Formats: sequence, structure tokens, C-alpha cells
Amino acid sequence: MTQSLAITKFSDLANPTYFLNLSGRILPWLGCLTAVLFAAGLYLSFTTEGDYQQGETVRIMYVHVPAAWLSMMCYSVMALSAIGTLVWRHPLADVSHKAAAPLGAAFTLIALATGSLWGKPMWGTWWVWDARLTSVFVLFLMYLGLIALNRAMDDPSKAARVSAVLILVGFVNIPIIKFSVEWWNTLHQPASVVRLDGPTIDPEFLIPLLVMAFAFTFLFFTLHLMAMRNEIWRRRVTAQRRMAARMASREN
Amino acid sequence: MMSLLLRDLKLSVRAGGGALIGVLFFMTVVAVIPFGVGPDLNLLSRIGPAIVWIGALLAALLGLDRLFQTERDDGSLDLILMQEHPLVLTVLVKCVAHWVANSLPLVVASPLLGLFMNMSEVAIGAVAVTLLVGTPALTFIGAVGAAVAVSLPRGGLLVSILVLPLAIPVLIFGVSASYAAVEDPAPFMPPFLILLAITMFFAVLGPLGAALALRNASD
Amino acid sequence: MRLTAEGLAARRGEDLLFSDISFDLGAGEGLILTGRNGSGKSTLLRVIAGLLRAERGAVTWHSSGDGPIRAGEACHYLGHRNAMKAELSVEENLGFWKSFFGDFKGGTGISAAEAADRVGLGGITHLPFGYLSAGQQRRMAFAKLLVSYRPVWILDEPTAALDARAEATFADLIREHLGRGGILLAATHQPLGLEGMRELRMTGFAGVAGEFGA
Repeated sequence: MTQSLAITKFSDLANPTYFLNLSGRILPWLGCLTAVLFAAGLYLSFTTEGDYQQGETVRIMYVHVPAAWLSMMCYSVMALSAIGTLVWRHPLADVSHKAAAPLGAAFTLIALATGSLWGKPMWGTWWVWDARLTSVFVLFLMYLGLIALNRAMDDPSKAARVSAVLILVGFVNIPIIKFSVEWWNTLHQPASVVRLDGPTIDPEFLIPLLVMAFAFTFLFFTLHLMAMRNEIWRRRVTAQRRMAARMASREN
Repeated sequence: MMSLLLRDLKLSVRAGGGALIGVLFFMTVVAVIPFGVGPDLNLLSRIGPAIVWIGALLAALLGLDRLFQTERDDGSLDLILMQEHPLVLTVLVKCVAHWVANSLPLVVASPLLGLFMNMSEVAIGAVAVTLLVGTPALTFIGAVGAAVAVSLPRGGLLVSILVLPLAIPVLIFGVSASYAAVEDPAPFMPPFLILLAITMFFAVLGPLGAALALRNASD
Repeated sequence: MRLTAEGLAARRGEDLLFSDISFDLGAGEGLILTGRNGSGKSTLLRVIAGLLRAERGAVTWHSSGDGPIRAGEACHYLGHRNAMKAELSVEENLGFWKSFFGDFKGGTGISAAEAADRVGLGGITHLPFGYLSAGQQRRMAFAKLLVSYRPVWILDEPTAALDARAEATFADLIREHLGRGGILLAATHQPLGLEGMRELRMTGFAGVAGEFGA
């Protein structure tokens, strides 16, 4: 009985109108929470002392690490949505992974850019083909490919199914890519690059880092909900316009 | 003519337009090179200008087959051919629109890839400038290939095969000008000016050839 | 104003589709091409529009005062394909063709919105062309003939995929065009409901062409 209730609730959510109402009520709270977390996180980030070795540049970490973590979480969200698209034909799942792709690309870009900014004083160059950076870069290219695929197709539901397949193939491939990139990297250069997160991380850095990680996560969900609402509205506008075209011949 | 330019630019940014895909292809091609040659920064910075140029060459050719093909598919090409505007001018405008939509983003993206290749600031600037001057020549040469292959159902690969040999001079002078900017003894200006001359030459020859081919290809 | 064709012959591959076709059309006159599939109707229309090279013969356009010019420039050509971009709105499509075509001397075209109105689809010009149904797309393609002035209309199966009402609309527009001294060349299977047209029955295959023929 409880199970069937859960299923009803779940399929209620599949109704875009219900989703729009619910998300409309949640969004302000989520937005406020994100703002508070960011305020706290940024305050903490700038009041902690700089690292004796890296100086002030260590503060980049508070943006870089959460962004990198989100770049991966976003792909997981997309993979879950892709399963929703392919297995349950859930219309919101289509919208979900389409809306998440640009967000994932943006967070990955932030991770890459901050990593590069941090690397310049550390390594003396903007970019090294370090295994970790390179993997993130490959992820970035995958995001861009998905966006391009979604843009290139007219029919949104067909585009959703096709890109869901690509997302899942990519998801399965990520460990392989990661492994081979590390293999490639160690093959060519002995691991001498400074790792951002050492095994021991001072609690002084850890607390702001965690707060920032939460702030970024909530930011992602806020933006994701907003993007999903936009996408639903966009599709409704499209449907209305097609309807207008049909009505025009009927009148005459 | 202005309306043709605007229409082509609009089409390239609307859904299904190829502008984004060209840049993405460029980035991907250049980014996989280090996986082949290894992450040695010195080596990468040495071969960087050549890699970026080859990547841009391939990416510029990528969308060229669609230059006239889409027009033919929906019948617009017939109407364009019938007008009293000089066809050469129409082709030139289409080339310019195609260059702005597809090749200019490559020029803009090239400094970023220069960073990935660990190139020096001077080298990055030189590559961007030579690409800015050289890529129009690729589009103009490519227009001839696109016009010749317009009626073929699978012209895309053929266009690349037809155009690549013709584009070799552009590559030679583009890359040598880029290197001349970094390596001291070689002067930058001579290869750069030759590149400029090649571009201006093909700005005339390309549309002429393409117009001639289009007139003869209609069926 | 006269459209003259003299001794036209054209081929597809090695087959000579027709030979020695001549006609002379003055203001307000129309010529309907009939015949079964493959009899060369489309080919003849494309030759007249200047899109295909004639094997022999020539098509010329004479207007008062000037010497004969290439006929294609005085023509609107509506082929099987609509020559409209699905990604652009109807207004952008029609507006582009209006400014690209310009007006042939002796007349002016109407605005994109008016033209859409004339084919019975006013009010949806802001929609992307790709959203329209096949019949609506065909009508909008026809509206393209109205946005800029050309004395000669060459229509290749203009009413394929259209219902009776749209056919009647087209017939009205064509009649109006002829009434203002225009010239019509059309290939059709269905009768367009036009009176006083000349008819040219195409039979197809006029022998094997060229240097290697018999």
C-alpha cells in the first residue's frame, strides 16, 4: 500500500504542471539557503590564514575543489536522469539531463580555470597535462559534445533518448578514461606534480572547504531546478506555436 | 547582399547550425595530440603552433560541404542562380558569412589551445594572427570544392580530399610565419605577407571557380 | 513584353527529352504543360528558367525599349522544393527573398505579411517555417512569388499536396497576375481551373541525343 502510494507520488511528479508548482515553492528556500551558505563559506574562506607554503593562492582551492566535485556529481545526476529517460520514459528525466549539461560544463570550466590560475604560480605554467586535470578536461569535452548533440536535433524527445544513450556510455567509460589517463601520465613523467589535496588536510582549511562544497551543491540544485523550469516552459512555448500554426489553417 | 549575409549568420547560430561544432572539433583534435605524443611540455611547446594550425585546418574544412549543400537541398540554390546579381558576388558573401560563423570562432579559441600546448605568449599571438589572415583562404578554396561536390549525396569527405591538397600552401606559410615569430633568426614578415597574398589571391579565384562550378552543376 | 522560345531541345543523360519546341507568350498569356511523368515538363521549365542548358535553341525576354535579355531574370520559379529555411521564421524567409530578389522593372512586390495574408495564412508569419504543415509550407512558398515582382511565373506542380481551397486561392492569384499582364508557365497534373490557357502536351523521348546518337 505504501509502495503504491510512493509510486503515485512519483508519477504525480512526472506531471510537469505539478513539478512547476512544487519547484516554484521550493526554489526561493533553496535560493536563500544557497546564499546563506555562500556568505558563510566565503567569509570563512577569506578569514582563515593562508598556507605558509602556497600563500594566498590556497584560497583558490575553496572554489576549485567544490567545482571539481560538482563537475562529477552533475554527470552522475545526468546518468541517473538518462536511466529515467530510457527505462521509465519519464518526461522530466529528459528535461533534467538536458538542463544539467550546460551546468556541468560551467562547473567543469570553473574547475579548469581555477586549477589553471592556481597552477600558474605553482608550476610556472598555465597548464600541465597532469592526470587529474586532463581527466577533468576530457569530461569538459564530453559535456560540450552533449550540448552540441542536443542543439543539433529538432525533436526534443528523440534528442533526449539519443543523448541518454551517449551519457550512459560515457558514464561507463569514465573510469576507463581516468585509468588510462593516469597510466599515460605515469608512463611519461614521474609523478612529481604537487597534488592539491594532500593526505593530511588541516581542519582549518577543511571547514570552509566543506561549507563551500555544500554551498556549491545547493547552488547546483537551485540552478538545475531553474533550468528545468525554463526547459519545460520552452517546450510549452514550442507546443503552443505549433498549435498556432495548425489553428491558422482551420480558421480560413 | 547584406540580407544574404545576415540570413546565413542567423542560420548558423540557430539550432542545428555548425558554428559550435567546428570549435568543439578543433578543441578535441588539438587536445588529443598530447595523448599521442606524451605530456612533455617542452616538446608540446615546440610542436604547438603546427598542431594548432593543423587542427584549425581540419576544423575549417569540416563544415564546408554544407556551404551550398543546404541551399541545394531545399531548392534555394535554383533561385540564387536565377538572379541577376553576379553569382561571384553571391558566393563571396556566402564565403564571408561562413568564415565569420565557422572560422572566426577558431581564431578566437586558438589562444586557449595555445595555453594547453604550453606555447609562449609571442607564439600564441603569432598563431592567432596567422590564423586570422590564413583561414579566409581556406574558406575560399573550400568553396570551390563545396561547389564541385554540391550535387553529390555524400560530398563531405570528398570535399576534404579535394581541398586539402590545395590548402597546403596556406598551411606552409601559416606555420612558418608562426615559427618565425618565436625563433630568432627567421624574419616574420616575408612568410606572413605571402600568406596574406595567398588569401587575397584566393578571395578572387575561389568565388570565381565556385560560381563556375555551380552554374555547371545544376541539374 | 514577350517571352520567346525558339527550337528548344534538352536531354537528360543521353536521352533527348524533347526537341524543337517553340512558343511565344505575350502579356496576360499562359501556357500549361501536360503529359505523363518523365515527359520532360520539369526539364523544359528549368531550361526556360535558365537553370539547365538547352541542347539547342534559346529562350529570350523582350520588353519594350530594351533589347532581348536572359529570360531567367524576368522569372519567378516555384519548383518542387520550397526554397525556404525551416530554422527561420516565415517572415525572415519571405523578407530575405524580397530583398534578395528585388523588383523587376515594371512592378513592385507586396510586404511579407501581406503576401502571407493573400495565401490565406496571415498572422502566423512569426512562426518558424519548419513548424508549418506541408500544405502551409507550400502556400508560403507561393507567397514568395508575391513579395517581389517578376512578370513571368514558372510553376512546377504548384498544387501538389494541396487541398481544393488552396488550389482555388492559387488559381485566383494566378488569374490576378495574368490580369495585370503577367505571363504564366505551369506544369500540372490537375487542371488549375484557369480558362483560356494554351496547352502544350509533352510526349517525352524525342530520340537519342548527341554525337553518338543514330
